[in-house]
Amino acid sequence: MQIDLSVRNVTKKFQEFTAVDSVSFEVEKGRFFSILGPSGCGKTTLLRMIAGLTEPSSGTIEIRGESMIGIPPNKRPVNLIFQHLALFPMMKVGENIAFGLQRRGENKTVIKKKVQAILERVDLLGFENKKIDQLSGGQKQRVAIARCLVLEPAVLLLDEPLGALDLKLREQMKVELKKLQAKVGTTFVYITHDQSEALVMSDSVAVMNHGEFEQIDTPQNLYNKPKTPFVAQFVGDNNAWSGRVRQCNESTIEVETVDGFIFSTKVKETLQPGTEVDLFLRPEAMLIQPDPNISNLNRFEVVVKSILFDGANSQLLANPLNADTELLIALPQNRQYDYIQVNDKIEIGWDEESGICFPRK
Amino acid sequence: MKRQTRWGLFLFITPVLLWLFLLIVLPHIDLLIMSFRTENDSGDMMWSVSNYLNFFHEPIYWLTFVRTAIYSVLVTLLTFIIALPVAFYITKVVAPRFQGFLTLLLLLPFWVSELVRVYGWMILLRESGVFNHFLLKLGILNKPIEMLYNDATMVLGLVYTSMLFMVVPLLSVMESLDNSLIEAAYDLGANMWTILFRIIIPHATPGIVSGSIVVFMLTLGNYLTPNLIGGKNSLWFTEQIYNQFIASFNWNQGAAFGFLLLFLSSIAVWLGLKLTKQSLRKVVQ
Repeated sequence: MQIDLSVRNVTKKFQEFTAVDSVSFEVEKGRFFSILGPSGCGKTTLLRMIAGLTEPSSGTIEIRGESMIGIPPNKRPVNLIFQHLALFPMMKVGENIAFGLQRRGENKTVIKKKVQAILERVDLLGFENKKIDQLSGGQKQRVAIARCLVLEPAVLLLDEPLGALDLKLREQMKVELKKLQAKVGTTFVYITHDQSEALVMSDSVAVMNHGEFEQIDTPQNLYNKPKTPFVAQFVGDNNAWSGRVRQCNESTIEVETVDGFIFSTKVKETLQPGTEVDLFLRPEAMLIQPDPNISNLNRFEVVVKSILFDGANSQLLANPLNADTELLIALPQNRQYDYIQVNDKIEIGWDEESGICFPRK
Repeated sequence: MKRQTRWGLFLFITPVLLWLFLLIVLPHIDLLIMSFRTENDSGDMMWSVSNYLNFFHEPIYWLTFVRTAIYSVLVTLLTFIIALPVAFYITKVVAPRFQGFLTLLLLLPFWVSELVRVYGWMILLRESGVFNHFLLKLGILNKPIEMLYNDATMVLGLVYTSMLFMVVPLLSVMESLDNSLIEAAYDLGANMWTILFRIIIPHATPGIVSGSIVVFMLTLGNYLTPNLIGGKNSLWFTEQIYNQFIASFNWNQGAAFGFLLLFLSSIAVWLGLKLTKQSLRKVVQ
């Protein structure tokens, strides 16, 4: 498989502050690669280094096997879609799209043909002579994508382009962007702080924090097998519980939590008794009033504090009996649990396979 | 309530209307009447357009006007060429905390009256001036040369005088230019010149046009700088007007020249707007 983008040990320092700390990754041709991280984690700086708008302090960036160090952005085979799109308001839609082709000195008829073809591809046929401020948010988005794709870049970089859209449109554009990427087959590098964007669209996702990559994996693995506590907490909702290992036999440990519960859970590495650990538990891993016949469940009682109704994502906010830990518990909307009221005492159970334990540093 | 607002409006608008009417409209009406009056052979005043016809019949008058207009266009162009990089540097390159300081430095010379500034230039440029002194000391010249009283120094003086009126509108339009537009153009393969002509100048057009109108009008109507730095050779149209009023004591002719200046410069501005496809309304905003 051809590697379109290869970043090795790239570091960027701004005086004392290290924005990007020795990051390495490779993106295969035609992949949708996302970098997910909270704001200020250095993801935009990383993207700007790939685009050439910022020079790395050290490390190498290769695009299709060619080193990009010292090459200005107007000579790189990558294009960047800016957070606020940066469409040229002084030009019409067609001129915006033709801008890059004109810079390459392609002839007029070829440009015209290519502009028509790309407009058709993004479903904006006939918009050529519209002004930018006549377009809706979603249309602007597509013009920005068309403006870059028409240049057939090796890698298309996207800097949170959906951030400015309203929720409904964002959901729609997520699907559209994914479809478009599959259709054109261009390698996408997408950065976002919105985990759902990253999970829905990407073939693989890198989770970034404090300038470093915590984990590069498929969306499924990030969610189900997080490698670090940060990933466990940042990707999806998670309940965190701190505790101490009581005993350990092969792959199962017994954890005593700070509020006195004893749970058993599976681990990949053996942990010495007495080790401080953080236990993470997904809201949907906790079953409400489980069948008494199911074995291997950690069972305990909670008091419902409030019901957070949000359609299919509804949750219960609850405290374990006689403890202050706040837990989020998934509340399936299949009408089975409609009887639950605030201040009710209910039993919760979770399978020992579904807990994730990290030794605390 | 409604009556109150009407009274308030009346109260505030009265001084403005009085100012406009008494100090601007009224004298101009008088001048306009004066410009259409001329003395006949027996010394009586009569209605006539001969004051205006004189302008077209005597080549010295209209040639002076054409020369003034061409130099004013040149001054406007030079001011723009110098002011654009300055405005770009202050708004886009320099760290934000120095922006205010640099703008202040730019404004500082304009706290001093134009007369003093022009004399400053004269001290620098005259035959026994500072420049000549240093050039002689350094051995570049063996005898002092007169740098004043030629067209080049006059243009220099006029550009210096008008700088501020170009930089300030440019600063405000450049401030509103999104940096990512420049980066996006760079990313799409544009070089510096393309970015300048396709992104920066189109974006800055309203500021450029309003700055240019102000600089052009001020230069065309400038009396002090051409007269002092350019001397008698400057042949500036305002000097013709001055001569008619003061030297020839022909107020009627002077008034006609004044109106011609107003009329012709308005046409020049209108032409400029048409050529650059700008509307005055957009520029005034």
